[in-house]
Amino acid sequence: MSAHERIDELVKNNDVVLFMKGSPLFPQCGFSSRAVAILDHLNVEYASVDVLQDMEIRQGIKDYSDWPTIPQLYVKGEFLGGSDIMMEMYEAGELQELVEQHGLAKTG
Amino acid sequence: MPMAAEDIEGMIKAALPDAVVEITDLRGDGDHYAARVVSETFRGMPRVKQHQAVYNALGGRMGGVLHALQLTTAVPE
Repeated sequence: MSAHERIDELVKNNDVVLFMKGSPLFPQCGFSSRAVAILDHLNVEYASVDVLQDMEIRQGIKDYSDWPTIPQLYVKGEFLGGSDIMMEMYEAGELQELVEQHGLAKTG
Repeated sequence: MPMAAEDIEGMIKAALPDAVVEITDLRGDGDHYAARVVSETFRGMPRVKQHQAVYNALGGRMGGVLHALQLTTAVPE
């Protein structure tokens, strides 16, 4: 499978997926750490992909979205943006709306 | 080599001539910047497209020599 196909599968099989440097417990970059903090704050169920563990995905994800940096957030198959956009949307209450609209909050 | 704030501003203005660009050197190290870009071009564009327009203006430097640029975009009020 090509990197593009693997990314496509990750994006389509997960309602919320964050491509990041490191893991949610141990983010390896300030921007990834900020993205994790926002998602945790929203109490959202999400998958994460550590691009540092996979050079093919690390480059592939930039081509996939035409976006030069990591982290990258996908919701319901759509590229939402990086950590700056996540922060803007969070502050505007738009992420909270999206979570409610799609029922993405953790249950129980 | 990191980029100078004036170079970042210059490249953004070359692509978006009406843009008002504010650059802040977050740590005073010439490597971690915040940029606020206000341009009429952004009106009606989704946020992702607005940011992509700025990244395109920087011609591939973003994520390369320009490691950390915290970006905010807006349309003039």
